[in-house]
Amino acid sequence: MKYTVDQRGYYGQFGGAYIPEMLYPNVEELRNKYLQIIQSDDFKKEFQDLLKNYVGRPTPLYHAARMSEKYGAKIYLKREDLCHTGAHKVNNTIGQILLAKRLGKEKIIAETGAGQHGVATATVCALMGMECVVYMGKVDMERQRPNVERMRILGAKVVPALSGSMTLKDATNEALRHWINNPTDTHYIIGSVVGPHPYPDMVARFQSVISEEMKKQLQEEIGNPFPDYVFACVGGGSNAAGAFYHFLDDEHVNLVGVEAAGKGVDSGESAATTALGKVGVLHGSKMLLMQTEDGQVVEPHSISAGLDYPGIGPMHAHLFETGRVKFVSATDDEAMKAGIELGKLEGIIPAIESAHALAALNQFEFDKDDVVVVNLSGRGDKDLETYIRWGKY
Amino acid sequence: MKNRITELFAKKKGNILNVYYTAGFPALNDTVRIAQALEKAGADIIEIGIPFSDPVADGPTIQESNKIALDNGMTLHLLLEQVKEIRKTVSLPIILMGYINPVIQYGVEKFAKDASALGVDGVIIPDLPLHEFEEQYKALFKSLNLCNTFLISPTTSEERIRKIDAATEGFIYAVSASSITGAKGDFSSEQVQYFERLQNLKLKNPFLIGFGISNHSTFAKASQYSAGAIVGSAFINLLREAKDISADVDAFVKSLKK
Repeated sequence: MKYTVDQRGYYGQFGGAYIPEMLYPNVEELRNKYLQIIQSDDFKKEFQDLLKNYVGRPTPLYHAARMSEKYGAKIYLKREDLCHTGAHKVNNTIGQILLAKRLGKEKIIAETGAGQHGVATATVCALMGMECVVYMGKVDMERQRPNVERMRILGAKVVPALSGSMTLKDATNEALRHWINNPTDTHYIIGSVVGPHPYPDMVARFQSVISEEMKKQLQEEIGNPFPDYVFACVGGGSNAAGAFYHFLDDEHVNLVGVEAAGKGVDSGESAATTALGKVGVLHGSKMLLMQTEDGQVVEPHSISAGLDYPGIGPMHAHLFETGRVKFVSATDDEAMKAGIELGKLEGIIPAIESAHALAALNQFEFDKDDVVVVNLSGRGDKDLETYIRWGKY
Repeated sequence: MKNRITELFAKKKGNILNVYYTAGFPALNDTVRIAQALEKAGADIIEIGIPFSDPVADGPTIQESNKIALDNGMTLHLLLEQVKEIRKTVSLPIILMGYINPVIQYGVEKFAKDASALGVDGVIIPDLPLHEFEEQYKALFKSLNLCNTFLISPTTSEERIRKIDAATEGFIYAVSASSITGAKGDFSSEQVQYFERLQNLKLKNPFLIGFGISNHSTFAKASQYSAGAIVGSAFINLLREAKDISADVDAFVKSLKK
């Protein structure tokens, strides 16, 4: 696996563990134990059982006939939106809470942007009877209100992050501070493929079930496990990491990461990191980061709270640098239109994050026999207010 | 070439007061005046913070000072110019403390060379991994006679403390509690036990205790077990309210040391 993490926790020049000493023992404990735990039979059995009977996996790989007709290719949607809690995020939170239990941790903290990871964390904490605190930017709490209430119903405490732009980056800062203050009894469930090693690798492994299923389902459906294209949206990059994972070494599979261009890549209000970012360190790893010349992190913008992050995780940064994944972007408007289009053509209202992946389809010229899988990472229920405000449907 | 930090620790064995403040706070050009006031007031080490947009190890007080400094237009380039100005009148050891990202953008090697040339004696980069320092920068720091201080916390293992001690020139920064920066009242018995444990390790480097040092009582208590202590958030609070920086800094330092 030439694109996965090396022994020391790096992906090429990216990754590592750039953390203050106060976090070192926690991260070191995880690094020493995560592989052994998640590869144990007992863990695998419990994880697989919950994915099947609680999350509802495998999620369907749906042949979208009307979309296929429109885009001139065989378009399949990987229906992560049908996971319990409404997005792929739960694959990782199930894995991490089982890990946390085996590490003897009693309390869970998490950050959340769109609220999907927060809900997925609150859900597994309810399931396991563990205390849960979720940090969420104040701005995100306002634009994703239903998810805030869902977390509260599930018994989690939602703490507003009031620093910076009051979005995902700031929620992550607050969660890291909480972890520094509570180093022994608390596990931090990071929701994306960011953070100090081993988080990016661990989260990618838990999400890799997405591409594992795609391969099986494509084999059954078309007699070939390999699609021509896989599309996924990228904020920090967790659903894309899962959707690409088992295709990384199969270079004939075109992998496309779609970032949020916000109001346009050059508008000054964007989250298109590969276009705008440079190598930098945030939240414990070396990644691609939107920043000023002085190294101050730039506030990103996207209509979708889940993509409103100023960096992409180290694995994606490496995949970008090596050219293994092609990164493109879609604007707020393009994503909203693509989301509504999927509603009209297929009867599926996607999360605005996932709508970005759909919005990139018309940037490619497909052959009519091309097999194109779009990872539909989440459902649009949480975004109803944004759709309503946007109007034009 | 002498280093003011190692010289200080060679001649002074206790009650060393290291005062932290954020460059460019409360006003952009206060950096120089504050350094001058600290020397006049009798502080022993001046630790100047490089502001960063995302200071994860800091509590609300230092977070806010970072934000105000950045809003004022503070940058690492400007800070180095201010250090040059400070060195015209100030002879105390100067340490630059900051998160690694602004340093990476400046260039770690260039930063070390430029800082050293301008009269900086040491740096603290809390999120620089120990192995990266040892493999990539230790030799450079040594050739520049620049000290590098690592943090240790109550959860740092003895094995790792010894590794850090071996990689350190100058002093070790002993974080008093498992926490972010900011005042918390008096030390608990667990904290005192941790200070005693450090004392008994007989490390090659002296250590200063930081985080939660806010007044004479915490400074004196920390100094019983160490070479001295570091005050940060309490000083930032003072600066935020200061009417006359010179007089207020003087009174603050004197009240800590008594």
